[in-house]
Amino acid sequence: MVPVSGPAAIAVAGLHKRYPGVHALRGIDLEVRRGEFFGLLGPNGAGKSTLIHVLAGLARASEGSARVLDHDVVRDYRESRRALGMVPQELVFDPFFTVREVLRIQAGYFGLGREHWPWVESLMAVLALDAKADANLRTLSGGMKRRVMIALALVHRPPVVILDEPTAGVDVDLRRSLWEFIRGLHRDGHTIVLTTHYLQEAEQLCERIAILNHGELVAVDRREALLARGIGRRLRLNVTTEVPLATLPEALRARVTAQEGTRLVFELHRDRDSVVGVLDALRDHGARIVDVATEAADLEDVFLELTRGDVKMKPQINAD
Amino acid sequence: MNLTGFYTLFCKEVLRFGKVWLQTLMAPIVTALLYLLVFGHVLQGRIEVFPGVGYLAFLVPGLVMMSVIQNAFANSSSSLIQSKVSGSLVFMLLAPLSHLEFFAAFVTAAVVRGLVVGLGVYLVAVLFVPVPVAHPWAVALFAVLGSAMAGTLGVIAGLWAEKFDQLAGFQNFVILPLSFLSGVFYSIRSLPPFWQGASHLNPFFYMIDGFRYGFFGQADTPPGISLLAVGGTFLLLAAAAVGMIRSGYKIRE
Ligand SMILES: Nc1ncnc2c1ncn2[C@@H]1O[C@H](COP(=O)(O)OP(=O)(O)OP(=O)(O)O)[C@@H](O)[C@H]1O
Ligand SMILES: [Mg+2]
Repeated sequence: MVPVSGPAAIAVAGLHKRYPGVHALRGIDLEVRRGEFFGLLGPNGAGKSTLIHVLAGLARASEGSARVLDHDVVRDYRESRRALGMVPQELVFDPFFTVREVLRIQAGYFGLGREHWPWVESLMAVLALDAKADANLRTLSGGMKRRVMIALALVHRPPVVILDEPTAGVDVDLRRSLWEFIRGLHRDGHTIVLTTHYLQEAEQLCERIAILNHGELVAVDRREALLARGIGRRLRLNVTTEVPLATLPEALRARVTAQEGTRLVFELHRDRDSVVGVLDALRDHGARIVDVATEAADLEDVFLELTRGDVKMKPQINAD
Repeated sequence: MNLTGFYTLFCKEVLRFGKVWLQTLMAPIVTALLYLLVFGHVLQGRIEVFPGVGYLAFLVPGLVMMSVIQNAFANSSSSLIQSKVSGSLVFMLLAPLSHLEFFAAFVTAAVVRGLVVGLGVYLVAVLFVPVPVAHPWAVALFAVLGSAMAGTLGVIAGLWAEKFDQLAGFQNFVILPLSFLSGVFYSIRSLPPFWQGASHLNPFFYMIDGFRYGFFGQADTPPGISLLAVGGTFLLLAAAAVGMIRSGYKIRE
């Protein structure tokens, strides 16, 4: 990838958002570089959409600042909104118009007139909406509406694109084709910020990932580093014995997380526990081991560990 | 300035009511004509409000203005509440439109709808009763200012309301009484002194009175005063509406 210089695509500093009775964002500092494919993860109610809304100008920060390509989202709202394409989480649409009409209208809001209409046509073609160009939005399926929303976000050719759960409620085929489409945008030089609850999706697509929990960033790191963090500490060991064990060695009781018939699952700590030690202890206890397998952590483990509530980590911004 | 943005939002608002013209243009014209037939038939010949002006002719400008007001109000208010309830307002909020551009687009579209309906009512009414036009400038000025003021009130109501029934409440308890009690059907000179005084606090009264002056060259209040009252109220309401949009009242969290 060609390194891109210039201002950050997104820069957020000391950002707080308070709703009556809810402190939705509690001091967010975050930078997304230009050309990056960035994932924003977190459980329901973590504040992902709130953060995105502040960036898009749909919500006002209670404290702190947010910039898109160095344009303050409040003071230079025209420039920041031109730089940003945002796909909202909820499926919303204007029931009065057809696909082609809403796209042309949206382009017009951004000051783009007739000369921009060929781009609207090609956008519809790329998103396979051209067959429905003259259909009223009411008559489209959910997946089609989702694609119209993506087209609406891209209609003014924004360099920075934020997608708030674009694949929620979307079937497997469409999800794959949306991934391909978003990857294509990224290859073309767009900065992409994606929120999703499908961890596999973030793992496959995103170069850098932030995890938000209760309005705080609990981790910001490169995908590999984040995965390594999990692997560094936790390791799952699956052991199958010849016959079910009646009892377990004293030393292993705290480590076992599942026992079904002949199958045993241990949660181990990479540094403190040793796989060989566990196997030796089992053998000493009289068990005959027929199969052993280990699993490294995936993003889901990291995610669960970080958002479990009892674990709080300082946000750790990795320089590269 | 984002002129294309303003113009696009304006066109979208005009398209929106144009697509359902039967309901947004024809229905109000028919309603106004029903008033004309019923009231005109019952009261014709019994009342002479201005010397030399029959009641039916007197009634026409009032009905035209009432239609202008109600439709201009309905246009901006129902469009805003619909896009709020459906969530599609978000697409306008994501765009680089200033508060003023946003406001002006909604109000000009409301003015267009008000004027189209008003003109329709007038054109059909003169088939039944001749209505002279003494001062076309006053007719045009009061029609534009009146619809702009009603459209602005519609913006305020549309921003404030969260549900359709709140908007209906605003329409039934504010717009309807104010427009009925503004001298559409009578001259306020025929009212007892207290109600005459109260009518002078109603901005819709000045709209209708000034508008009627444009047709008959006579009015209850000097047209200059009416112009000041309507213009002043419009500016006040416009300032309030722009302030609401700027602060994101009920549209930006
Ligand atoms: N308009 C609002 N008024 C009051 N509270 C709000 C508003 N919007 C969001 N919140 C609260 O702010 C918190 C963060 O919500 P947000 O929608 O940002 O979460 P999220 O991470 O996007 O969740 P999800 O994964 O469910 O979309 C929640 O507690 C939510 O209830
Ligand atoms: Mg959300």
